Amino acid sequence: MLIKGKTNILSSEITDRAVFESRRQFIKAAVAGSAALMLSGLANAESGKYADVLTGPYSEPLSPTDYDDVTSYTNYYEFSTNKKDASRLARSLKTRPWSVTVEGEVGRPGVYDLEDILKDNPLQERIYRFRCVEAWSMVVPWIGFPLGEMLKRFEPTSSAKFVEFTTLYNPDVMVGQRTSVLEWPYVEGLRIDEAMHPLTIMATGMYDDDLPNQNGAPLRLVVPWKYGFKSIKAIVKIRLLENMPDTAWNKSAPREYGFYANVNPEVSHPRWSQKRERVLGSSIFSAKRDTEKFNGYGEQVATLYSGMDLKKYF
Amino acid sequence: MSLDKKYWMAIKAGVFLLSLLPFILLFKAAFQDQLGANPVQALHHGFGDWTLRFICIGLVLTPYKKITGQSWPMRFRRMMGLFAFFYATLHFLAFTVLDLSCSWAAFKDEVPESPYILMRLLTFFLMIPLAVTSTKAMQKRLGANWRKLHRLVYVIAITALIHYFWLVKADYSQPLVYALILFLLLACRALLFLWKKNKQNQYVWANKYKQV
Repeated sequence: MLIKGKTNILSSEITDRAVFESRRQFIKAAVAGSAALMLSGLANAESGKYADVLTGPYSEPLSPTDYDDVTSYTNYYEFSTNKKDASRLARSLKTRPWSVTVEGEVGRPGVYDLEDILKDNPLQERIYRFRCVEAWSMVVPWIGFPLGEMLKRFEPTSSAKFVEFTTLYNPDVMVGQRTSVLEWPYVEGLRIDEAMHPLTIMATGMYDDDLPNQNGAPLRLVVPWKYGFKSIKAIVKIRLLENMPDTAWNKSAPREYGFYANVNPEVSHPRWSQKRERVLGSSIFSAKRDTEKFNGYGEQVATLYSGMDLKKYF
Repeated sequence: MSLDKKYWMAIKAGVFLLSLLPFILLFKAAFQDQLGANPVQALHHGFGDWTLRFICIGLVLTPYKKITGQSWPMRFRRMMGLFAFFYATLHFLAFTVLDLSCSWAAFKDEVPESPYILMRLLTFFLMIPLAVTSTKAMQKRLGANWRKLHRLVYVIAITALIHYFWLVKADYSQPLVYALILFLLLACRALLFLWKKNKQNQYVWANKYKQV
């Protein structure tokens, strides 16, 4: 059920097409099952741990942003408010062993080891656009699995209306947590139908390898139609709730960051326009890209919000 | 300081080149693609930071002279002011040429929705008359009004700072540093002014007392 959306990313924005195509070729070869093709594919493919993970539904054949850009330009306030410093400081985080506590309106609460979660949830690749609330964007080939499939295994009860995610709290390593820039630990949330939507994934890798720490290792959320701050990193707790949870940026500045945070060029941030975005990796003389409603995933998700005033529920 | 005019020329040239260095380094980094994942923002913010720094340097000279009694820093006041304007112009160009790609449509869409950009434009426009009247000839022509006009620099410092505060998402530590520096510099002036007034009063009183 491959659903293709239209995209207006220009071919001139391509940065690592060779790598990308070699992987496509490899996957095609794997699907075809041709041994000869597979061997030549292997020779071209990256040596990444997840190089043989197949492309999942909803993935689009977009050209990924340069790996160095994606790994050096991260908003990870747990380490630093400076994107470069955060990327460097996050290296000291230990991401194994890792467990996730599942609580609230579920039939099977408990503490789950990450390895067990990964065993239960087969990985797939999803190439998604990623749009930050700061009006920049990139394209990331995530490795992960649908959040909904994982949640179903915990058997949510009928009163589970929302999902709340919590990031690790460890100010010894996460030195940014020693400051009060945001309320710690970082908390994010989704409405249950958003969480169960097949576009929403939990990622553990990208670019055919494990997630680098600064990109949210070992387990992060990816909600491609929402601003990046919804896609919470280094998750240690998932709670299913009857009521809407308080989320980090909403608590910090309720007038500026709503619970929904859907990408929407028609609804400005109170202090800047959301009509356009700077595409990371593009030349300094290239123009910004027009931001698409729901980050271009409207065909899949717009119905979740039918009848809702998106200016009010921003 | 009784240095030869020749030496002063050399020192001025040195300070000029030093002040140009941030521009050269940013330009070089941009040319060699070393500005990271978002080079437009790096240039944009880099030029903005240096505008604010040169405003601070320009404002430090007068109190320094008044406190130490040394007048040599005043020789650099015009140059520092003009460098602040130079970096403000680059900041403006980075915004209009690189960020907006000279698109009027983008300008119309984005500027009215961004109070911090409006504050930046106001700051830049307030700097223009100061740059234009910075020559000795203009100083002579305007006479006493020149000093009054150039007090605009205090307004400029404050609007530049507000502009910085308004663009920050949550971490105000950087603009707070500049706020502290500007507060100290302006407070210093206020104190010096009050002290001078007080001294004048004392002088008047002393004279009155003599007459009695």
